[in-house]
Amino acid sequence: MHLDALRSRRSGLRPNDFTEAPLDTWIGRVDGLESRPLPGEYGLWDCRNNRLAWLAMQQDYFLDAISAARARYGPSRIALLLGTSTSSIGATEEAYRQITPDGQLPARLRDSMVHTAHSLGQFAQYALGLTGICATVTTACSSSAKVFAQAERMIRCGIADAAVVGGVDTLCGSVLFGFNSLELVSTEPCRPFDVNRRGISIGEAGGFALLERDGSGPRLLGYGESSDAHHMSTPHPEGLGARLAIQDALSRSGLAPADVGYINLHGTASARNDAVEARVIADIFPETTHASSTKGWTGHALGAAGFLEASISLLAIADELAPGNLNASELDPVCGPQLRIHNARLARPVALSQSFGFGGSNCVLAFGAERAA
Amino acid sequence: MTAGPWQAVSLEGISLWASKLPGWDVAAAVLAGQTEPPAAALRRPVPEMLPPAERRRAPDSVALAIEVAARACAAAGLDPAQLPSVFATTHADLAITDYLCEILVRTPLLTSPTKFHNSVHNAAAGYWCIATGCHAPYMTVSVYEHSFAVGLLEAIVQVASDGGPVLYVAYDIESRGPLTQVALSRGLLGVGLVLARNRSASSIAQLCWSIRSGSKNEATRPDPANSRLVQDNAMASCLPLFEVLARGAGQVTLALGPDSLLDVRVQTDREAAL
Repeated sequence: MHLDALRSRRSGLRPNDFTEAPLDTWIGRVDGLESRPLPGEYGLWDCRNNRLAWLAMQQDYFLDAISAARARYGPSRIALLLGTSTSSIGATEEAYRQITPDGQLPARLRDSMVHTAHSLGQFAQYALGLTGICATVTTACSSSAKVFAQAERMIRCGIADAAVVGGVDTLCGSVLFGFNSLELVSTEPCRPFDVNRRGISIGEAGGFALLERDGSGPRLLGYGESSDAHHMSTPHPEGLGARLAIQDALSRSGLAPADVGYINLHGTASARNDAVEARVIADIFPETTHASSTKGWTGHALGAAGFLEASISLLAIADELAPGNLNASELDPVCGPQLRIHNARLARPVALSQSFGFGGSNCVLAFGAERAA
Repeated sequence: MTAGPWQAVSLEGISLWASKLPGWDVAAAVLAGQTEPPAAALRRPVPEMLPPAERRRAPDSVALAIEVAARACAAAGLDPAQLPSVFATTHADLAITDYLCEILVRTPLLTSPTKFHNSVHNAAAGYWCIATGCHAPYMTVSVYEHSFAVGLLEAIVQVASDGGPVLYVAYDIESRGPLTQVALSRGLLGVGLVLARNRSASSIAQLCWSIRSGSKNEATRPDPANSRLVQDNAMASCLPLFEVLARGAGQVTLALGPDSLLDVRVQTDREAAL
């Protein structure tokens, strides 16, 4: 289904119908979560974010894969590492809307485990039947990219044999009106790298993956991490942190820039991010590398963006499809030949996925194809 | 998971700040039971590293985390700009969360952009890197009652896997407004540790660690008097380790989750040499 949307260039964005107070913007909203409460035994964690986590777990035979992994490694030897930005804060916002005249939060929301970021990790730990190390990672928009790096380290030093990594972030008032206060949200569907881009579209997403040391699946070749040390909500003007993260990822993966077939860019469609990121790509990679942001399809899924875009990078490798920049009609002149409007056939089966977040937290993941049999 | 082999990291720097324990020297004496805590409580630490205007503007969470981070690096004699870091917090800045939830009810379009970008869980880590000019990566984790233990393990894993010294900071502040009904935390409590693979001339102690399966009920409990001293702050689960560090030697069990434990044995060099 995702692959079909990528191939046919069908965006999932729609006019904002999420916030009670009007806000003129476009969003990527997952349908049906409002009418899909968690099963009774998970009621303590019921909220939009954990509903999306639950829905994501049901996809693609993931629960079957986890059952098999639990039997193979034992539930205590599989780390569970999940990224989010705001987790279940939407439920806290809801509780404030329903406050009683004497200042009490409504009982249903007071007695639930949804008012802290780790609501996500705790719920997933319970739902997946895992008993080992579990962490909720909260580095804003790089969160669910960094869990891949964290998992690799844990497996390498032997405290886990495998890891479930993932990311879940859902729409809520604080991010929609928060990004609006920073004058970053677009009144039209976001147009990454377009010369006339007007800002970001906020989306929501959830996803999980099982990482193992050996096996026949696609491979995490390496990762790079860095800090901008510049500003809380705008990127370093020369993209210093982005460059450091890319170099770290290439070096840990043993790759040269020319080996990279596709780069899934952070590409939020904000004026600053795209200008800085395009320049960095033009400086480092040859024109044979195809680069794009897929946020025109999905919007910016914030803490889940790293995972979402890692998945798209894996789809790109598996199906030899390099997505273009959906919604862009005229690329910003700062873009090098790497930035493409149209989809193309992937030339080399190596993909990078870039995630840059508030607080200057950067993470770049490198993926490769399945090992030849 | 059966008990893993014991491995060791070196403790190179340490810091602690709470309203009645405003520094590791005083905290060590109090936690070891050698002195009484000071009668006066301070409201919050002064983050000396920030320029004066930023010092005043910094939210409590940022002021607290930056100050304990700076003191731990100073104790280790290491340049903060070179250190990767791990930050753990249960609730990040509860005062800002309260502000956001409150303003969204009636006037969402008046949301403050500064409060919004300071609301992210990694705000303190982000400001720390800006203040120190540090381009090394940071990690931030939030694991509810297990935040301290899981953050400590993350720092240990980074030392074990990539070798360099790592700064670890854990902190929580007090809850505000209606949030006090659901997010329990009072006072300010922040701690910092600098961990390294190898001992140096200035090493404070060796931390031998091992993970195993087991109920969180096996975790070492802090001395109730010390818990009261930090007002049952959400990060009070760090106290058992700091009590042992104050005494100079001993072993604690920290819960990493409902069914997973981290054992830490503290050995001072003085003792190891005997």
